[in-house]
Amino acid sequence: MSDTGVMAPIRERLGRRPAQFGGLYAGNARAVIERGFRVIRTQNWGVIATGFFEPVFYLLAMGMGMGALVGAVPGPDGQPISYAMYIAPALLATSAMNGAIYDSVNNVFFKLRYSKLYEGMLQTSLGPLDVALGEIFMALFRGLLYAIGFLAVITAMGLVTSWWALAMIPVALLIALGFASLGMAVTSFMKSFQQLDLVPVVLLPMFLLSATLFPITVYPEPLQWGIMALPLWHGVELMRQLSVGYFDGETLGHVAYFVVMSVIGITAASLRLRQLFLR
Amino acid sequence: MSVIEARGLTKKFGDFTAVDAISFEVAPGESFGLLGPNGAGKSTTMRMIGGTSLRTDGTLTVLGLDPETHGPEVRASLGVVPQQDSLDEELRARDNLIVYGRYFGLPMDYLKPKADELLEFAQLTEKANAKVSALSGGMKRRLTIARGLVNEPRILLLDEPTTGLDPQARHILWDRLFRLKEQGVTLVLTTHFMDEAEQLCDRLVVIDHGRIVAEGAPQALIRQYSTREVVEVRFGSARNAEMEGVLREMTDRIEVLPDRILLYDDAGEALLDEINRRGLNPLTSLVRRSSLEDVFLRLTGRSLID
Repeated sequence: MSDTGVMAPIRERLGRRPAQFGGLYAGNARAVIERGFRVIRTQNWGVIATGFFEPVFYLLAMGMGMGALVGAVPGPDGQPISYAMYIAPALLATSAMNGAIYDSVNNVFFKLRYSKLYEGMLQTSLGPLDVALGEIFMALFRGLLYAIGFLAVITAMGLVTSWWALAMIPVALLIALGFASLGMAVTSFMKSFQQLDLVPVVLLPMFLLSATLFPITVYPEPLQWGIMALPLWHGVELMRQLSVGYFDGETLGHVAYFVVMSVIGITAASLRLRQLFLR
Repeated sequence: MSVIEARGLTKKFGDFTAVDAISFEVAPGESFGLLGPNGAGKSTTMRMIGGTSLRTDGTLTVLGLDPETHGPEVRASLGVVPQQDSLDEELRARDNLIVYGRYFGLPMDYLKPKADELLEFAQLTEKANAKVSALSGGMKRRLTIARGLVNEPRILLLDEPTTGLDPQARHILWDRLFRLKEQGVTLVLTTHFMDEAEQLCDRLVVIDHGRIVAEGAPQALIRQYSTREVVEVRFGSARNAEMEGVLREMTDRIEVLPDRILLYDDAGEALLDEINRRGLNPLTSLVRRSSLEDVFLRLTGRSLID
């Protein structure tokens, strides 16, 4: 039987794929991204707006409110800066983390188990890797909007003093990529909504303790090492340095941390794709 | 050459064996049914055919390819109508069809007219811009079926396609499925509706506890496992058990169900006359021809819809 019909060229293209893509990747993550934009276009502005306001409220409450009590604190380069200037970059790093985790853990879990969105997608020619790439792209896009929005707010409030602050946007994406890919791998182990509750148990202390709201030097040294092993601290420090355009030997180390984290995350998520999407 | 070939197909979830070494073949253009109660392993089998559930053991080819290693390619030729509607709740009805087509890699200039055609087919033209959440259960079902046709599949997998549809909608759907079959589309469907299986399937397998317990054309299965006719009598729950002994002597085989007693006999009317002549006075009685339901009861000792 000769292959005719509308799917003929598509079958032919899929047949030419490298064997290692096999059941996992059809090279059509674009269709998942298209879907994401169609959803944003039709309804999701409200959801996006809430993610934008969260760090802004923190900044107003902590930076302006608490900041009035705290006064000036030493910045990355030792020069005194306002407390709001001190925490604004940390809030951006945290919001990149939270957004990425929300998308890759809660959202993915919901779409997998309850809305059956991925089940629908995987009844088509898409493979699990197409779905994962498309969803990570959409998570990063949302992170990009948040980062631009927040940067605009803190710039307008005069809380950044260097053109380097523009680099906070790609760095926010790098932080998001690290957390999103690792988050997706973690989600593949989750079976129930109760297990999702463990995520804030990890994230909230990390947010409070990672030198976001006060310097790491308040801790005894062993605890400092513990904090420095966690990803958010690197994100916070990196953002803080960019906000004033001051760099030292550790800057590249922070970047390298997230590059390595992303590589590990993407590898782990790829290895867990079958467990995540196919049962 | 078969379009689907399963050999010793097995799926375990931990200790639980959902599908237990089943083997079957489906010929091109055939309408093939998987019949069995809830939890028999039908849906899992369907998902393995689509490559979205990984098998534990056995071999499976769909159009000559292993769906596990060639999932996207295999599914390019499949239309899947899952048991639970997996529509995209965040998109409108027409967008559901278009976006789903994009997942196959189909071009927009094909999808736009195709989406309208499929909405027409599913009688949802007026609902094109409705949100999925605003559609009734029957409408969602029709949209799901329409969506499964967007890539003009060679094999259509229908997992309990008419569950939740009203009788009229079921008949419309059966008619559409007949037409697809006439166009040469292979149909694979699961159902626990006997009349649906008799209407639609050229051939079927009866599955229970993950195993195939019988295989054949609906009429052949009925001939093989049941009598030509069945007498159904009800004496009310109190007297059913009491009557069992008497009735058992009147014919070769009877089944006592919670609400009624079934007597299997090739001459149903004569048997019912005899029951009445003896003054057993059933509350209600009827003589009907044997169905796949009876085959299932015979093979498993259980009724299909529990």
